[in-house]
Amino acid sequence: MEKATYYNPADLAKFGNITEWQSEMGNKFFAYYAEVFKDGALTEREKSLIALAVAHAVQCPYCIDAYTTDSLQKGADEAQMMEAVHVAAAIKGGAALVHGVQMMNKAKELAM
Amino acid sequence: MKSLHARHDPLADTGFQLRVLTQAEAEGARLVPFAQRLRESGLLPLRPTTLQTMQLNVGKMCNQTCRHCHVDAGPDRTEIMTRQTMQLCLDALARTDIEVVDLTGGAPEMNPDFRWLVEQISALGRQIIVRCNLTIIVANPKYHDLPEFFARHGVRVVSSLPHFSAARTDAQRGEGVFERSIRALRMLNAVGYGVEGSGRMLDLVYNPSGAFMPGSQAALERDFKQRLAREHGIVFNSLLTITNLPISRFLEYLLESGNYESYMQKLVDAYNPVAAANVMCRSTLSIGWDGQLYDCDFNQQLDLPVAAPAPQHIRDFSEAALSARAIVIGQHCYGCTAGAGSSCGGATVNE
Repeated sequence: MEKATYYNPADLAKFGNITEWQSEMGNKFFAYYAEVFKDGALTEREKSLIALAVAHAVQCPYCIDAYTTDSLQKGADEAQMMEAVHVAAAIKGGAALVHGVQMMNKAKELAM
Repeated sequence: MKSLHARHDPLADTGFQLRVLTQAEAEGARLVPFAQRLRESGLLPLRPTTLQTMQLNVGKMCNQTCRHCHVDAGPDRTEIMTRQTMQLCLDALARTDIEVVDLTGGAPEMNPDFRWLVEQISALGRQIIVRCNLTIIVANPKYHDLPEFFARHGVRVVSSLPHFSAARTDAQRGEGVFERSIRALRMLNAVGYGVEGSGRMLDLVYNPSGAFMPGSQAALERDFKQRLAREHGIVFNSLLTITNLPISRFLEYLLESGNYESYMQKLVDAYNPVAAANVMCRSTLSIGWDGQLYDCDFNQQLDLPVAAPAPQHIRDFSEAALSARAIVIGQHCYGCTAGAGSSCGGATVNE
């Protein structure tokens, strides 16, 4: 049967299975991943909110589900989570707009 | 909001709750039975260790109706422990070396004999914990002196505060609860509770306000301390993280919100044998408002008394007979054994 979407929420739980076809690289990735999210100079909650923002920037539905849950678990509230999304939106919006300078440069180069 | 009991909701029937909890097991064991996991951990049958805590549920009456309440407590509940039953508990306590008496409810302070009970336990020289919902202190002038009363009897106050944000707290415990809780915390701080060096212990309890597990207790404590101090000038000793068990009104929430299956799966996936070895029921005896004996407050609310031939009522209390019992378990026990573990004293596994 044809799926309604390319994304299936149940696939998130199968993320670990990527090691099946390349265990060495997969295991190294997961070891690195676990290290990245440990309490360090940034708290686990701050890292979770960064991950939530990045999830929106890269538009990964799996990551959005995972880091919404994780942020709540780590004690973030709705206001903090939405502010993280706005940070992603500001950077994405800003990234598009800053290229406007390139557009302006090119236009000035070409136009009389 | 009314209690399940007052609404005549099917979930007010604990038999119905137990059927919901075991249904997945019956339908092809998609969720591994808890007993099987315990057996794999070498813990079946689950036996008590040393009896350290007597937990008295002195009634289901409460001034709040929290959405996650596993007691289904509320203003419409009338079950209350009588002074006669309290006396039986005190008689049993006097015959033991039990160190801690943990008073819970409902709002235990609403029991008319609450202060008498505290005075009697204090005279026996045992440590007293009162599970105070905070808002009761400001609910009525007759409760305004509770902080001083607690201090006089060396009570350790353990209070629920689901979040340092008003929105998350009110979503779980009712509109305006956060603001009233903050007022009560200020009154407790004013008599030294939570203040370093005072010896007056004030712990806060964090229950997740939704279908997710608690995060790191240490990290949450750090955030709570920082935010409550900065925004409200409030101090406290420790934060205790507790996982919501899938029973009573939290079960209602899980079923209504469509989160039941995924939440159970989360708990099952997070089963931790170290947490299972440290469950509080191994060192606690729970006593209901009518004197019935249970392994824990959750079993009490599911009408699962201690297993025979152990004594069933406090009037027949025998530490020796109780120590030989097998603890009654069920699918809800996944709640206490997931992740870093959960107990009335917070996480049971060091991070």
